[in-house]
Amino acid sequence: MTRMKSKWLVLFIVFGLILTACGGGSDDAAEEEVVAEEPAEELDSPATTAAAAEPEADPASICLVLDIGGLGDLSFNDLAYSGYEKAIADFGMEGTFLEPDGGGENRGELLELCAEAGNDLIIGNGFLFDASMNEVAPSYPDINFAITDGVAEPANVRGMLFDHAEGSFLAGVAAALKTTNNHVGFLGGVDFPLIHEFEQGFIAGVQAINPDIVIEIGYASVAPDFSGFNDVVKGKEIALAQYESGADVIYHAAGGTGTGMFEAAKEVSESTGTKVWGIGVDFDQYYQVGNALPELQEYILSSMVKSVDVSIYNAAKQTVEGTFEGGILVDNLESGGIYLSYSGGYIDDIKDTIEEYKAKIIAGEIDPPSARP
Amino acid sequence: MKLRLRIASLSAPLIALAISFGLSSLILLFIGKDPVETFQIMFEYGTKGKSIVSIINRSIPLYISAIAVAVGFKMGLFNIGVEGQYLMGSLIAAFVGSQFSIITPIHILFIILIAVSSSALWAAIAGYLKVKKGIHEVISTIMLNYIGTGLISYSLTNIFDEPGSDYELPRTPELPESGKMPPLNNLFNLEDLQDLHGFVFVAIIVGIFYYWLVWKTTLGFDLRITGSNPVAAKFSGINPNRLIVVAMVTSGGFAGLVGLGPLLGYFHRFTIDFPTGLGFAGIGVALLGRNHPFGMAVGALLFAFLERSSQILDLNDVPKEIEQMMQAFILLIVVVFYEIIRRFIVKQQIKDASKKVET
Repeated sequence: MTRMKSKWLVLFIVFGLILTACGGGSDDAAEEEVVAEEPAEELDSPATTAAAAEPEADPASICLVLDIGGLGDLSFNDLAYSGYEKAIADFGMEGTFLEPDGGGENRGELLELCAEAGNDLIIGNGFLFDASMNEVAPSYPDINFAITDGVAEPANVRGMLFDHAEGSFLAGVAAALKTTNNHVGFLGGVDFPLIHEFEQGFIAGVQAINPDIVIEIGYASVAPDFSGFNDVVKGKEIALAQYESGADVIYHAAGGTGTGMFEAAKEVSESTGTKVWGIGVDFDQYYQVGNALPELQEYILSSMVKSVDVSIYNAAKQTVEGTFEGGILVDNLESGGIYLSYSGGYIDDIKDTIEEYKAKIIAGEIDPPSARP
Repeated sequence: MKLRLRIASLSAPLIALAISFGLSSLILLFIGKDPVETFQIMFEYGTKGKSIVSIINRSIPLYISAIAVAVGFKMGLFNIGVEGQYLMGSLIAAFVGSQFSIITPIHILFIILIAVSSSALWAAIAGYLKVKKGIHEVISTIMLNYIGTGLISYSLTNIFDEPGSDYELPRTPELPESGKMPPLNNLFNLEDLQDLHGFVFVAIIVGIFYYWLVWKTTLGFDLRITGSNPVAAKFSGINPNRLIVVAMVTSGGFAGLVGLGPLLGYFHRFTIDFPTGLGFAGIGVALLGRNHPFGMAVGALLFAFLERSSQILDLNDVPKEIEQMMQAFILLIVVVFYEIIRRFIVKQQIKDASKKVET
């Protein structure tokens, strides 16, 4: 009898695992591959049927393939989605958005799916799309493709890059001017080169003001484990440890994980009576996090805004107007696609110094490092 | 009589499939979608040429993973660690295979050997822990999965990373041309489709080998008898400890082949994008196919079909998560029905036996 019981117990455990496997990565079996030489096939999707029904008023269409994490990450994907939504609203475009499951190995298949459905603009959100862009885009020369944070070779692909180090440098300047303990922190989502751009820029900014400031550095996960972009609990733990060790301003580049940092800021501020700060990333988080969780708003010193939404909106606009071009587009402080936000007014007192550094970076006098030495 | 029992046991997966389609239809109706239309769209998309190639390619690792799990299941051993084992094997094989170049067949054979032996070695740890320390293999293999993931992260970044690459993420150097398995497209006149992985042949051989191993060898006999009655097996002179280690190592050896379809046919290197989760998916396929080489092949193709064909759903405003629910439904229901049918068969056998006694 006990043997039977333990057998069932094991079976239950196994089932739990299967279910998590089904939930987490059932499409992990999906690898691949798309070398499509053949012309776009007709699919019975709403996009094509609509296009066939009214050939004259054929609305431009946009397809957004999100990165791992998908919608609701309060970060990179939500940002892209907001640009996509605005484009649909403003230009009357038809929109489709897809989310890769699990590991997201089926990126190429999803891009091709969008292409076969006859979309005019297809966006792969995240540099992991680079290989699939190289495979899919050449087969559809009449379709515009765009990839965020990455580049691809085909002429009809636009690589939309952002100079994270420049913006992070200014975040470092702000943190260094605001710290009273001469102690700041950096919370990275996933430890890999893309986030090192934020980290290195931030460190350079802090040290430009005062090289003696102590900088704590923490990461929520190490690549290839990407859970660190969506782990609020871990974000809070790391931030609490940094605040408790004396840091009073922390800058995060951790996507959804960063919410935990703001929670930690509130908790520490309330328990110690001295206010500590968090600096947000991607969105202007004073509004984005502040609207969702108003009690955290007063701890958001500033945000290093990365306008993925604007880049996507512009790509859509140019697709509608017929002026879209491939190639590489870099957004930085000069283009305005990267900036430090003054929302909340907490850094208005140091605005002059920040603007001074911003001008120096634009003029090329300062070149914030983007890779670890 | 025997035929009736066979039909009864075959009916379980079919009934499970029908019920899970029914349940999924109810859910689709509940969210306001037309189930008939949905399944029709899925079927049309899933039977296009490109989809069929994709389904075959997807089913290769699923099938081999199921076999790896089934070897353990046959003797009542739960190898939940196929996941970590195949990732470990794939990483090491991808790296070692990229370091030299010889003629293709030998190169590929060498990569296969490296993958199989590294995965088998990793699995052997769980076997050792069970035999020497009495740690249940479910616990140890799950823990070894975590340890494996950490080791893979670390070694991919610090040891196996392509030297001098400025790519954002760590990845092993690419396999040289001789290490890439040629696709089968020319063989089947599929020029205008994507690559059909050559590894499909290996999967078929693995299926036949598994059948031979489990049903035609002494080792297989020992496995099966231990699985159905461990006490009797022990008294008949089978050394359970030796068998546990052998089964674990064999299971791990099969696991080593799981990642090679994608590795040799598509990725040609180990990257962050390398498919994960195949080890867990294999458990489901093994359950569905009742550890039978043919049943698991059907199960792997079915799951691959569901995965591929569900991709079209998002374009038709149907959440494709319905496919994951369908897979879960199928698995849950099939297990229930296998049990019902097993009881039915046992009852029949008792009835027959008592009839014989009476007459």
